[in-house]
Amino acid sequence: MQIIIIGNSATAVGAIESFREYDQSAEITVVSEEPHLIYSRPLLSHFLGKEIERSRLAYRPSDFYVKHSIRPILEDAVTAVEPEAHTIRTASGLSLHYDKLLICTGGTPIVPPLQGIDIPGIYTFTKLQDALSIERYIDDYPISRAVVVGGGMIGIKAANALMKRGIPLTMVELAPRILSAAMDEAGSAMLTQILAEHSVQVLTNNTVTSIHQSEGRFSGVTLRDGRELGAELLVFGIGVRPRVELAKAAGLVVNKGIVVDKFMRASAPDIYAAGDVAEAYDLVVDMNRTVAIWPNAYRQGAIAGAHMAGVDRADIGGIAMNAVEVCGVPAMSIGNGNVTGSEYEVLSEIDERSQNYKRLVLQNDRLVGALLIGNISRAGIYTGLIRHKLDVSSVRKNLLSEHFGLLSLPDQYRKHVVSGSSIEI
Amino acid sequence: MKKKRIVIHEEYCIGCRLCEVHCLVQHSKSRDIVKAFKEERSSTMARVMVEESGPVSFALQCRQCSESNCLEACISGAMHRDPETGAVVCDESKCVGCWMCIMVCPAGAIRQNLTGTHIASKCDLCYGSAMPACVLNCPNEALTYEEVEVRD
Ligand SMILES: Cc1cc2nc3c(=O)[nH]c(=O)nc-3n(C[C@H](O)[C@H](O)[C@H](O)COP(=O)(O)OP(=O)(O)OC[C@H]3O[C@@H](n4cnc5c(N)ncnc54)[C@H](O)[C@@H]3O)c2cc1C
Repeated sequence: MQIIIIGNSATAVGAIESFREYDQSAEITVVSEEPHLIYSRPLLSHFLGKEIERSRLAYRPSDFYVKHSIRPILEDAVTAVEPEAHTIRTASGLSLHYDKLLICTGGTPIVPPLQGIDIPGIYTFTKLQDALSIERYIDDYPISRAVVVGGGMIGIKAANALMKRGIPLTMVELAPRILSAAMDEAGSAMLTQILAEHSVQVLTNNTVTSIHQSEGRFSGVTLRDGRELGAELLVFGIGVRPRVELAKAAGLVVNKGIVVDKFMRASAPDIYAAGDVAEAYDLVVDMNRTVAIWPNAYRQGAIAGAHMAGVDRADIGGIAMNAVEVCGVPAMSIGNGNVTGSEYEVLSEIDERSQNYKRLVLQNDRLVGALLIGNISRAGIYTGLIRHKLDVSSVRKNLLSEHFGLLSLPDQYRKHVVSGSSIEI
Repeated sequence: MKKKRIVIHEEYCIGCRLCEVHCLVQHSKSRDIVKAFKEERSSTMARVMVEESGPVSFALQCRQCSESNCLEACISGAMHRDPETGAVVCDESKCVGCWMCIMVCPAGAIRQNLTGTHIASKCDLCYGSAMPACVLNCPNEALTYEEVEVRD
């Protein structure tokens, strides 16, 4: 049997590791446009910030491919998927047959439609090559200020890295507040305050309307409010859009992402899609949607991998969540942590001085979301409650307790967690 | 497949916290109980924690889930399964302290180690030693080390 995986990142590793648990004989080929062996995309900011060496970007040991009998084809892009013929074609002219195909092409960085952005000093921030280019540019030219466009997860991580390099920053966010997809107003305000304390200028309700250049290099921006900023580096950290072009051209059903079932099967026989490019089931919002996070990519990959090997490992669905440190202060957003509305009950606790915030969102006596800033200890217990949709009405008053732990929860649930799956909830 | 795992018996736990003491010692540089507490207290921590509420108490460490959320969520590749024991172990030289694992551990058994470092701290079954320190030093057999069936 021939397995082909398009993309060589989190989803691919999840798929390979799970597939090989069940099947050691099938041939697996991984095709990646990037020239690198599997590396951690989320660590790019740690790398750019010089917290880690380049070698630590490796997400798996270098013998990963040999150990799992994988044939990597690097620096070659898949240009067509032909579902009828069960073949793929690549830019270098290869035509390869597959029995099962996994599309995990991830996302494309979102770049606003601006004139003249193809100049030195302007970069996106989603690939190792981006980090290397930015690094090179910082080494070559003095940077008195950098502009980070986007105050979401990627923007914050880019800002963290540039701050570690000692570069003064302006962050420009179109929405009324930063991290608006993850945080509520109070949470965003606290994180904005933390950034301000570290001399990051945060401009919300604003955007770049034109790019300035001098001697062929980036030299500044004009903002929507008319303000002009001089800067030598601009990083787009807006986010990614699912990279669905290949799937669309192949005639697969695509909404925002590639539509998949609970086994990650796309709409054509023997084709799977998973990770950032797929629209998989989210158990909190109770529908399929794209969520660009590492844990979901790995897990969806593992589900697809198992199914390609003939094993049903469909699970109960993913949860949108993320953890990020903002100037060293940890922040987490889990599920529907930032929603407001009369259908929700909100338990919250804020201490602006110590920069601690917790917001728990309940719906029909179930936890559906959590935000945590500062003290994040035992946060995963909340995630577990969300995943299990446990009725927490009897322990509601314990949920924000200082000593929150498994003993704050119903006995049966505690015993279930402590003893593994042997005891039913 | 059968593997050795730590089993928790809350009915025997009296909350003495000897498990925490000996876990800390085991993970200290000197492995000397006096030195660990007098000199290394700020650079080492226990990976087992006692939860207590009224008469109920129990010692909790990583449950070594078979489909581990922390393994899937780890962005650095630090979390891995030890090929021999099947235990989920954090490679501290790879961990960057992003706290994704803390966000997803349903038992809340992973903690931030901020003692001069910035990494996730969790039970490693004392790296496959015959008997983890917490079990060895529990006076009541509130923790036992037993062969259990795990998915391989
Ligand atoms: C800077 C940054 C920080 C992040 N931080 C976090 C974090 O802290 N936590 C978190 O959970 N998530 C984080 N993420 C998101 C996380 O990286 C993604 O969710 C994850 O990488 C998705 O994995 P994937 O396998 O679906 O796709 P990707 O990682 O996007 O990989 C897709 C691969 O497919 C290749 N490819 C695409 N099309 C083709 C083609 N036609 N032919 C060949 N190859 C192709 C691409 O070049 C790419 O290498 C971050 C992302 C970025 C950019």
